[in-house]
Amino acid sequence: MAIAPPPLNSVGPIAPQTADFLEPLTLKSGQSFGPYQLVYETYGTLNRDRSNAVLICHALNASHHVAGSRPDDPRAIGWWDNMVGPGKPVDTRRFFVIGINNLGSCFGSTGPASLNPATGEPYGADFPVITVEDWVQAQARLADRLGIKQFAAVMGGSLGGMQAMQWSIAYPDRLRHAVVIASTARLSAQNIAFNEVARRAIVNDPEFHGGHYYAKNTVPKTGLSVARMIGHITYLSDDDMAEKFGRQLRGSDDYRFGFDAEFEIESYLRYQGEKFSTYFDANTYLLITRALDYFDPAKAFSGSLSEAFAGIHCSNLLISFTTDWRFPPERSREIVQALLAQRKSVTYAEIDAPHGHDAFLMNDPRYHHLVAAYFDRIGKECAV
Amino acid sequence: MKRILDHYGESLRGDLAQIAKWVAPRARVLDLGCGDGTLLHWLAVQQSCETLGVEIADENVLACVKRGVNVIQADIDRGLAMFARDRFDAVVLSQALQATRETERVLREIGEIGRECLVSIPNFGHWSHVTSLLSGHMPVNKRLPYAWYDTPNFHFATAQDFEELLTRLGFDILDRAFLDDDQPIKFMPNLRSTLAVYRFQKRSP
Repeated sequence: MAIAPPPLNSVGPIAPQTADFLEPLTLKSGQSFGPYQLVYETYGTLNRDRSNAVLICHALNASHHVAGSRPDDPRAIGWWDNMVGPGKPVDTRRFFVIGINNLGSCFGSTGPASLNPATGEPYGADFPVITVEDWVQAQARLADRLGIKQFAAVMGGSLGGMQAMQWSIAYPDRLRHAVVIASTARLSAQNIAFNEVARRAIVNDPEFHGGHYYAKNTVPKTGLSVARMIGHITYLSDDDMAEKFGRQLRGSDDYRFGFDAEFEIESYLRYQGEKFSTYFDANTYLLITRALDYFDPAKAFSGSLSEAFAGIHCSNLLISFTTDWRFPPERSREIVQALLAQRKSVTYAEIDAPHGHDAFLMNDPRYHHLVAAYFDRIGKECAV
Repeated sequence: MKRILDHYGESLRGDLAQIAKWVAPRARVLDLGCGDGTLLHWLAVQQSCETLGVEIADENVLACVKRGVNVIQADIDRGLAMFARDRFDAVVLSQALQATRETERVLREIGEIGRECLVSIPNFGHWSHVTSLLSGHMPVNKRLPYAWYDTPNFHFATAQDFEELLTRLGFDILDRAFLDDDQPIKFMPNLRSTLAVYRFQKRSP
């Protein structure tokens, strides 16, 4: 059978790699965790002086599969394939790009569904609570393993942006640029409230079994899909939903005076929730939303974000989207202000895009041209 | 006047060349309404200045990033609180003040964050504008290219008006230059110049 060549601007089929770490990590909670495994993908070629590496950090529901397709599935396109690839804003002809799956995930790195060597059973609820700081520490170990002393850039959107910020704070000499998109330096009470509703939906599902549902051969599908529906609402803008769905009814122009999915938006959310519950792990959802809640680098500095940034060395690109109400532009401006108060190098763009928080994943020419221009600058600084 | 060339060998616009002459090497400079970043790029490359631009327009933000100029996308009319905890040796407003709504507040704020303020304004007192008004029309020409009903400019002043405002706001004028077609104007500048450029600072208490 002839295999169609990948499109010219795609990195093509990519196989994930694994790295095993025997030495335990000391987590922010104080707990020690290990051994563990990290799954990652790489695109492009590391240059001679190892100066062109870019680390892409993922958000809540993504993975190490950033770009390209899978060797066994040409339709499994990476979650940021419009951003990373040959000729794309993060150009893999210039940069060596690493996508990494975080600890606690359900896409290959050690997580709650992995076997606990102490018991021979899946960790389930015994998997430790992981923080953004812990993820970054684990990522730094992978960088050590790959021989990368300093990244040209660490980049991420949303929760991924928090990891980029954490890199700049924890390892100031190990990155030249932090690219922080649609992110925040701390969740608001409203953000935490949405997370809590999602978590309650999961833990109150009778199939949750205190997190040890693997042993019962079941999954809290209902709770997880409701959690996803709640999350999904916060990713879209009001305008975007109005335009896509409005008050459109399914199949009929008349109300049916019941509680089935009559409105298109209901059906869409139910579909999204159900689809998500078939491939995502409920314990991972709990862990990652908690990591979001806990991230607050200013906390150790009496609430002063600028003090938290005092020791960073990298240049910073921040981008927000006008219709993002999950992490609105004001959150990014707080980060910019804190960086400026420390006289750090900052560029900030506010993209007028209709897609809400999800805009960071969309194809928007203004957004992509800006990232491309900034990475061109980063590329010029890398010796080839 | 000696021409000052930018990175691309183009000469800097007259008021920018004048402002560049007033900026000390290695100064920390904030340019509000920095356009495509031409001045800041020149200052960074030629004078080793530490620069930051502020721009509202997407295409200008992109142009700045392409030049390697650090830029913050923001509306200066919505306040400069973002820079409140910062200090700059010089704050530049080149032909941007007339497009601000809250002109007086912007002037007060730049006086707080900049040790010196370097500001250029179109001089509405130029004779061509005066003759245009005498003939019954608002001036529309290559320097003021907008019709009155479709213009980004909110406030016009003559050089004299501007100086009076600066004095009232407690600024000391340290230097001034008048230009027409990028050439300095010495004789009857309030009538003969199209651009006025000022260096001023907050009067010390």
